[in-house]
Amino acid sequence: MQSQTGWMRNREGLGVWEHRGKVAVAGVGHSPVDRRWDEDLEHSLGAYSMLAARQAVAEAGISLDDIDGVVSTSGALGANWAPRPFFDPPYDTEDGLTKVTAEWLARGLGLKNVKYMNSYAGQIGVLWGLAAQAVGDGLCNTCLLLYPAGNLAGRYQQNPQTHARGAAQWTNPWNWWGMPSWAYSFNEYCRRYGSNHDRIAPFVVNLRRNGLMVDWGYYTTHDPKPFTTEDYLKGRWVAKPVCLFDADLPVQGVSCYLLTTAERARDMAAPPVYILNHAQAQHRVRSMVETIEETEAWTGRMARMIYEGSGLSPADIDIFNPYDGFTLFTQYWLEAFGWHGVKKGEAHDFYAGDISVEGPHPLLSSGGNIGTGRTRSAIFVDSIEQLRGTAGRRQVRVKAETAIAGCVLPAGNGHVVFSKHPS
Amino acid sequence: MPKPIPVPDEVSKPFWDACNERRLIVQNCTACNRKQYPPQETCAQCRSAEHLEWLEVKGRGRINGYCVMYDSRIVPLQADQPFNIAVIELEEDPEIKFLSHLPGIPVDEVPVGAPVEVIFEEVGPGQLIHEWHVVS
Repeated sequence: MQSQTGWMRNREGLGVWEHRGKVAVAGVGHSPVDRRWDEDLEHSLGAYSMLAARQAVAEAGISLDDIDGVVSTSGALGANWAPRPFFDPPYDTEDGLTKVTAEWLARGLGLKNVKYMNSYAGQIGVLWGLAAQAVGDGLCNTCLLLYPAGNLAGRYQQNPQTHARGAAQWTNPWNWWGMPSWAYSFNEYCRRYGSNHDRIAPFVVNLRRNGLMVDWGYYTTHDPKPFTTEDYLKGRWVAKPVCLFDADLPVQGVSCYLLTTAERARDMAAPPVYILNHAQAQHRVRSMVETIEETEAWTGRMARMIYEGSGLSPADIDIFNPYDGFTLFTQYWLEAFGWHGVKKGEAHDFYAGDISVEGPHPLLSSGGNIGTGRTRSAIFVDSIEQLRGTAGRRQVRVKAETAIAGCVLPAGNGHVVFSKHPS
Repeated sequence: MPKPIPVPDEVSKPFWDACNERRLIVQNCTACNRKQYPPQETCAQCRSAEHLEWLEVKGRGRINGYCVMYDSRIVPLQADQPFNIAVIELEEDPEIKFLSHLPGIPVDEVPVGAPVEVIFEEVGPGQLIHEWHVVS
């Protein structure tokens, strides 16, 4: 039995990952992406999870009976369905509707040979490490990694309470939560390095352009029109300097990945993509707010852990898909990882260059969450497809043999290193 | 501006009681010589509870940074949008941060770096909370 956190690679000095190149991705599946659940059970998170899982298994060319591990998340981003009445089984609880645990998926698919299940990890960046480590450690050999992202009707997380209890007593009287804290952080970055919000317009426009080259992306299937600099600069403020287009669009969709040993992957139908390392981080702020000093320290530490465990250096990384769900954080990842030589304070200058998939610096070739919707999957799917050479119109023109993908914010995240070759 | 009213608990009651006496206090770990806000059951550094004491501070600081809120998820605050949210660093220890709407400062005209002093604002019957205003 794996402990909840003991498996993590969450500190420097661990050396090269003991399973470097011995775990591989052999299948990917993705559901359609909807703006919100329309209350049709065929479009539920559960139904979409089974669809994505079957696709991943089919792509690997194996049978459901070969699956002996399933990992998923304890929640799925959106709100609960209750207190509305549930449906007939298997939709008689939140599981299957607003979350999909490993246990629910295994029952739904009728998996007979599962010996390892874990639904502990909170988000996909950490799930990648959990699944890779489980396969590497031999807790399972052929593992489904499921990531459901849900979105029900209605405005998101409105809080009508007139009183603030628990941790909220220190934040709610002033309206402090994620969005304003990230706005404050971005202001600090701009003050320190002499930039401003409008200078990230080329980055956001390029994300939306890349996203329109993702077949399942929300905008591709629902709103396939170009997004311009003018559109971005007209975006209404949510928490200035965060505008509406700096936040990813909440959607309903599911991705699923099949991980197995490198040895088994070589006999499967899809070309294997190897995992060279994974790392996780969870940090606490010193007092009330995440300062720019903390953000830069935490992102720098993650970059060092990723490079140490993979045995790679910044110059070795071809594809870079950091988290972009709030566009205002990507600069920290870019500068910390030093991708294409970007140093502290230089990210916004880098955005002004050629970051298109056709050019020499194809940052976030996935389109990220901004370009495809908040499934948090594009950054991983694209990394795999680029290394396979199957990214279609998004296929970069530069070499694509290694990739880094990660999710989510500097205070809590997981990253993974992919490679076309096992060593 | 009507704000959500904090509900004191076992850990926070001394802090809110001090606010009601128009005093600003923070936790201090005598083992680590380290101040702490918001209050917690133990020192975030050494994890001890027995070395935590309450320390009254002068109530002076400076504006560290800010943003402007246009679309709050806290419904009672939505009527007053847009409003400033400033981060205040404490004079005695700039690592200790507080939040403020900076009453009297026009929206998006926040003088980052300016000195501030604590004031106390009634948010509900018998409950004051700490706020900050710019001093010249």
